[in-house]
Amino acid sequence: MSEYRKSPRSPLPSVAPPKSRPMRVADGGRIDRTRRLSFTFDGVAMTGFEGDTLASALLANGVDLVGRSFKYHRRRGIFSNGPEEPNALVRLRVGARMEPNTRATMVPLYDGLVAESQNRWPTLAHDIQALNWLIAPWIPAGFYYKTFMGRAANTRLWMWFEKSIRRAAGMGTGTHEADPDDYDKMTAHCEVLVIGGGPSGLAAARAAAAGGGRVVLVDEREDFGGRLLMDRETIDGEEGAAWAARMRAELAALSNVRLLPRTTAFGYYDHNRIGCVERVSDHLIEPEPHRPRQRLWSIRAAEVVLATGAIEQPLAFADNDLPGVMLAGAVRAYANQYGVKVGERIVIATNNDDAYRTACDLDDAGAWVEAVVDMRPKGAEPTLRAAIKERGIDILHGWAPVKAQGTKRVRGLAILKIDETGKPVGNQRAASCDIVAISGGWQPTLHLFSQTGAKAVWDDAKACFLPGPPRQRERSAGACAGRFTLSECLEGGHAAGLDAAEKAGAARPTLAAPRAEVTPQNPPRAIWECPKPVNTPGKRFVDLQDDVAVSDIQLAHREGYVSVEHLKRYTTLGMGTDQGKTSNIAGFAVMAAARGVEIGRTGTTTFRPPYTPVALGALAGPEVGEHYAPLRRTPMDSWHAERGCTWIDAGLWRRPRTYPAHEGEGLFDAYIRETKAVRGSLGLCDVTTLGKIDIQGPDAAEFLNRLYINGWKTLPVGKARYGLMLREDGLVLDDGTTSRLGETHFLMTTTTANAVRIMAWIEYYLQVVWPDLRVKATSVTEQWAAMAIAGPKARECLATVVDRDLSNEAFPFMACGPCVIDKGVAGAEIPARLFRISFSGELAYELNVPADHGRAAWERLMAAGAPFDIVPYGMEALGNMRIEKGHVAGPELDGRTTAEDLGLGRMMSSKKDFIGAQLARRPDMTRPDRKQLVGLVPVDGKTRLGQGAQLVAADAPARAGSLAAGGAPVAMIGHVTSTGYSPELDHPIALGLVENGRARHEEVIAMRDPVRGRETKVRIVAPVFVDPEGERLHG
Amino acid sequence: MFRIECPWCGTRDMVEFTYVGDGTLTRPALGARTGHFEHVYLRANPKGTHVELWHHVAGCRQHVAVKRDTLTHEILATGGPGEVTAARDDVPKGAAKGETGGMA
Repeated sequence: MSEYRKSPRSPLPSVAPPKSRPMRVADGGRIDRTRRLSFTFDGVAMTGFEGDTLASALLANGVDLVGRSFKYHRRRGIFSNGPEEPNALVRLRVGARMEPNTRATMVPLYDGLVAESQNRWPTLAHDIQALNWLIAPWIPAGFYYKTFMGRAANTRLWMWFEKSIRRAAGMGTGTHEADPDDYDKMTAHCEVLVIGGGPSGLAAARAAAAGGGRVVLVDEREDFGGRLLMDRETIDGEEGAAWAARMRAELAALSNVRLLPRTTAFGYYDHNRIGCVERVSDHLIEPEPHRPRQRLWSIRAAEVVLATGAIEQPLAFADNDLPGVMLAGAVRAYANQYGVKVGERIVIATNNDDAYRTACDLDDAGAWVEAVVDMRPKGAEPTLRAAIKERGIDILHGWAPVKAQGTKRVRGLAILKIDETGKPVGNQRAASCDIVAISGGWQPTLHLFSQTGAKAVWDDAKACFLPGPPRQRERSAGACAGRFTLSECLEGGHAAGLDAAEKAGAARPTLAAPRAEVTPQNPPRAIWECPKPVNTPGKRFVDLQDDVAVSDIQLAHREGYVSVEHLKRYTTLGMGTDQGKTSNIAGFAVMAAARGVEIGRTGTTTFRPPYTPVALGALAGPEVGEHYAPLRRTPMDSWHAERGCTWIDAGLWRRPRTYPAHEGEGLFDAYIRETKAVRGSLGLCDVTTLGKIDIQGPDAAEFLNRLYINGWKTLPVGKARYGLMLREDGLVLDDGTTSRLGETHFLMTTTTANAVRIMAWIEYYLQVVWPDLRVKATSVTEQWAAMAIAGPKARECLATVVDRDLSNEAFPFMACGPCVIDKGVAGAEIPARLFRISFSGELAYELNVPADHGRAAWERLMAAGAPFDIVPYGMEALGNMRIEKGHVAGPELDGRTTAEDLGLGRMMSSKKDFIGAQLARRPDMTRPDRKQLVGLVPVDGKTRLGQGAQLVAADAPARAGSLAAGGAPVAMIGHVTSTGYSPELDHPIALGLVENGRARHEEVIAMRDPVRGRETKVRIVAPVFVDPEGERLHG
Repeated sequence: MFRIECPWCGTRDMVEFTYVGDGTLTRPALGARTGHFEHVYLRANPKGTHVELWHHVAGCRQHVAVKRDTLTHEILATGGPGEVTAARDDVPKGAAKGETGGMA
């Protein structure tokens, strides 16, 4: 191998490690050198300047090793200067604000920033798992599938290795502490949304804003300008960065323009809705008071201009992952934007014209540019070539990089002449260098475009995917449309802005496009895979983040994973936090070459949101903790709280669970005491949460006849009736009492859980199925406070409060009607509705008062009940008493039970049709051995039954026989639905569903409750434990 | 997320609506002995134009028939229940009542 030597110029700079010398050039760059910022990386204190990113500051401090690779733990350095960064993932901040996997290239430097490298142990420089590299030949693509799936899945091999594999193959670790910062959500509407604030986006926003409509401009970086800040081009004779600053100021002054820097448009959703995340405070050590860390924007735009730019692609040659191999555009950006010279002696390897500008700019920055290695036989456009020659830099036409030399970082580059087909010819030569600046051409950033559902199309001449026909109201401008030169960007952006504004309804203004020098370009060569001569060691990495090499893709091809989607899943190509921004094109090209097809025929993998990672905190926004869902409170909520009740959630409502008599009274003791009090004397329960639907109209009774399985036409005014509804498929939907308040006026009640659903159900039938019915329905759940007063003393107590005759003759069981509380007492009168209905099985009434009077009425009843030792009772006692009475509720109405299953089959009217009537008669719905509602008691009289526990035959085997040996699982004949404890019977009780249960009363079966570790024999009994004749409620 | 033109309220975001189901179904008449199984269980899963019902629960609480392309999510027309039919060519593209969805 002969050493490559360029024409001698001044003495060659050494390729000594960068730490020994300053990397920051004396002046230049768009940083504020008067503002020095301190930060630490892996505990080492360093400084940078205002305007730096963490990456540029690290490079300026000579840090060339920033992370370890995912699989092989190889040394990796900063590779890019943007959102595509695959290597420089760091853990940012400490404590609860710690955030893993942030891209150093996108982290703005601030004073006090703390960053740590990831995926290494014990230190970055000495990572013990770098030994993985030694076994690399034995862990190819698909290693885990091959080793741990199939036959091996039945062994414990995977379980044995999983922990250490997961630890070794990893990204950064986060924190388990709660995020102390706030996140915000915003919604915005505009005529034109411009995504990307580079030259195209600025020109588009300027043109769109002139139309007068609302314009929003978002850009993911700290400031607008895009590549104008990284290059040295001029617009209308003005320096690019200055033009960008002027544009920003001009746009900011317009009232119809909203500028959102530091904002990433991460998702393009249906009907032109774009999701963006604004990093409001990520450039600060912590957010200012009352400011969020990030803000999630949902922007609905009439028209969208995509000016998302392009991403430079790498070249695949051996050991191309060594620190010091960088994208050419990034090398130039670090010099121009941050005044950082990333190396002293640079070799450029390229397949296109653009990298020539890196050679010029780095030469001007004082670096020694060793040579431009151009893979194209003819090289760049003549003026560019001349500019390079003028600087005395050699250009090698038709040469390709073969291997990066060096162990800890780049010390040289081996190159080789290639022919028209890309095959090597002649001998290798080597060039000494400390930076290899590579360019595999620029790929339009099509993420958002593709998320609209539109397809990218391959362009042979430009060797890149371009946006195809749009599917939503959007257009691409500038580099993301494959128009890479500045003059094309300005022209395209301007035209796109005008077009978008016009399509959104604005008049076309007279406005000249900004102009830049027209720079012709020679086409790139569609080659990314560089030759690898026999005996050249090292992997040609394609995906740096996921450690996928050319050989892995070729292996996937040999093993049949040829579609790009299969390729991705088999090799992990294009996975990870960067989602293949710098690897997919080369990867697809390698696969296309292996298959012998054009790259355009392989297509692309599907682009899905988000374009770059989005913090879950931003997506959750302010809807966390108690703000996760609204809390519904009854009008008596404050009384319950003051009384010190325990709470239970019922949907969005909170309801009292128990009212402990003293501190330390447990749940069981409290609800047993409350149950005894109601059955012994008197109790009061808040039942406001039951759904209440007011139904009125001439056809109201007919409508109820169709909704419920039982008849309603004969129900007299002033009476209530229990009703049961089926779904269309014949299974039970809901139950409740409905009262006839007037000839054409009914009040329906539903269960708490189904209140919303039944209301929608009613609206569906009235609006869609039977619009001819003259019926209107309105939810009045929140308009009325409801309370149940129950117990043998209920009549006696209530009689002192309301103005009605409550005798059995005047107001019998199931009577209802209006009444007045404290009639004639000035200031205390409350209009009310009274219903004699009972859920507890006791003599009971339900009182409804307008919601505003809820607490007053409640307190009045508590006072009136004092002589009878009234107690407030909660959900536990309520539920316990309904189990004692065998009333069905949610656990029995589980969407699988029929009316017959629940013992309510006789309610089904045969004289009319109703919802579910026909399908309820299907053979399987009427089978006699279906699971039926039964009561259950423990044979030993003391073991508590477990809700959800399985019921099996008394002599069922303890365990299922070995299924492999043809054994059968233990047959389940039913399950426990609701459990309680009857103080009257003084033993546990339960309801359950048991196959053919009604015919099995007194049979003893077994309850198996492995979750709670209980097992006991239970006796099947009738599902009514207390007062089976119903004497009390009729009394 | 779609935008749906409610015939009573105007164009609203999808979050205000609940999807109800196939809008082309007709429930068997009261008293009918047949057709219930088909009505409850049998559904087409069309790729392309489909009429479906959406319930404007966080708005006027009316049911809205929405003619939607299930492939592109383009909304071709909206109206009251029964007002929108499934045939695609009865509403010329671009002149559709509900074409506020932002499709180019």
